[in-house]
Amino acid sequence: MTHVTGTDGVRLQARGLQLAYGDNVVVDDLDLDVFDETVTAVIGPNGCGKSTLLRALARLLPARSGHVLLDGRRIDRTPTREVAKVLGVLPQAPVAPEGLTVADLVARGRHPHQTWYRQWSTDDESAVGEALAWTGMTEFATRTLDQLSGGQRQRAWISMALAQGTDVVLLDEPTTYLDLAHQVDVLDLVERLNREMGRTVVMVLHDLNLAARYAGRLVAMRAGRIVASGTPDEVLTEDLLCDVFGLDARVVPDPVTGTPLVVPIGRRSRVDPARRP
Amino acid sequence: MQTVATPLRNRRVLVVSGLAALLVLTALVSLAVGARPIGVGAVWQALWTPSGTEEDVIVRGLRVPRTVLGIAVGLALGVAGALMQGHTRNPLADPGLLAVSAGAALAVVIGIYAFGVTTLLGYVWFAFAGAFAASVAVFVLGSLGPGGASPVSLALAGVAVTALLGALTSAIVLVDVSTLDAYRFWAVGALAGRGPDVALQVAPFVLGGLVIGLAGAPGLNLLALGDDVARGLGQNVTLVRWSGPVAITLLTGAAVAACGPIAFLGLVVPHIARALTGPDHRWLLPAAGLAGAVLLLVADIVGRVVARPGELQVGIVLALVGAPFFIALVRRRRLVAL
Repeated sequence: MTHVTGTDGVRLQARGLQLAYGDNVVVDDLDLDVFDETVTAVIGPNGCGKSTLLRALARLLPARSGHVLLDGRRIDRTPTREVAKVLGVLPQAPVAPEGLTVADLVARGRHPHQTWYRQWSTDDESAVGEALAWTGMTEFATRTLDQLSGGQRQRAWISMALAQGTDVVLLDEPTTYLDLAHQVDVLDLVERLNREMGRTVVMVLHDLNLAARYAGRLVAMRAGRIVASGTPDEVLTEDLLCDVFGLDARVVPDPVTGTPLVVPIGRRSRVDPARRP
Repeated sequence: MQTVATPLRNRRVLVVSGLAALLVLTALVSLAVGARPIGVGAVWQALWTPSGTEEDVIVRGLRVPRTVLGIAVGLALGVAGALMQGHTRNPLADPGLLAVSAGAALAVVIGIYAFGVTTLLGYVWFAFAGAFAASVAVFVLGSLGPGGASPVSLALAGVAVTALLGALTSAIVLVDVSTLDAYRFWAVGALAGRGPDVALQVAPFVLGGLVIGLAGAPGLNLLALGDDVARGLGQNVTLVRWSGPVAITLLTGAAVAACGPIAFLGLVVPHIARALTGPDHRWLLPAAGLAGAVLLLVADIVGRVVARPGELQVGIVLALVGAPFFIALVRRRRLVAL
């Protein structure tokens, strides 16, 4: 794939970003670099502005001041359709009309590549077919979304983002409402997206242990600011958990991957001896 | 290349061409059936090689304009209904929701009461003016809030404006009996008695509405996935948001101006079309338009037959047939929601 990256392989940049809903400033003076072909996870407590940041990175929320650069170009000054060929975004818990089939949903991902007079091409056809095959959704193509389980539905949406054919994919809590097995399933898919297809991924995740396992870089936010960023080993420390989440926890190596594993201490485990055998 | 999406597309092509064929058939029946039945052979002769017989005059002078108007109005109401339900994401929305019919009704009543208008042709422009004024009022009211025009704020504004205009209409009609007499014939909704001039006057508006509506179909498909997904896919959301009400106003305004308010068609037809094509508006809109034209013509034909030697107006037939049909539709299958 050919693209012009910014300095040092940075695909997506935020500079002095201030974001607000009305008078309520949610993110203030934020700088962020997203490196090419990496998986970056944004973590932080509820209401810290991580989803707001993701929406701004995807040009869904205009910045009050500062700006977002995609491949060195200001995203708010780039035609939205051109952005849509490079950057795809999947909001949290997206909605679909009833009766929409998986094939139709994935086909809608081709919109930035279509014109009013050419609604469908062989490129579209093969992109949709490949996306479905890649996510293992081919056999469900003619099913409607309401007939699918939560995990399959999320796979269908990821297929749509895949069919869009963008180098950069932004995911807002892709594991919401899924049980642990399906969370792992979806994140495995994200990992393959990065490793096999070379896609740059930025995702908001709630589960710290899964974030540490699947992301090469973590960005920890609190109250609209980035508190720490770097590899999971650098970011997920006991001090940071106390500082950012107000959580008393131990951090041990994950027995499977060796990435940091957060074990919350909480109050109850020490106070309540009745629960011990 | 045979892929997963092909069978679906083939079915949709079949549905739309099937509906088109059905429309041609219905149109022929509409030309043949009436107070004086005319054989298909004679209809054909009247269409292509007229010789000035009485049958030729009936077919060319009365039934062709009536059928053409029926097709135009049916197309308009079917597409407007599908657009309305798509834009508001409400399966019970109908084109009247933008206060278009109520505005047209008030303007016609004012035309009768204050300006002494008595001809159907005269009503057309009053109805048009009222329809547009009402929908502009709805847009302005619906856009006043902090978030701008949203489906919900437009629907709320529509309900409020409809109630106000309805009350004004009632007030005038109750005060003046002769106005009531003239108004109630218009308010029923009919295809009869409209000459070719009426069809010609509303045709450009129907055409404009159809073009704008169909051009917005891909955008409407994306909007159905939520604003964020639509914008993420590079769609100008505001443009689509505005194209919908503009197309609906053109289509419904033209239909009301030509025939008076016709209930149920814009509500029922999109459900039939959606059951056949699924929720892809690029197919749903044409299917809804064709199905609307077929249904309106059938209702008109039924109205000519059931009350011989008189006629039942198409608005009444649709209300009588439409209501039970809609209940059956809801009961038979879970309403295909949006």
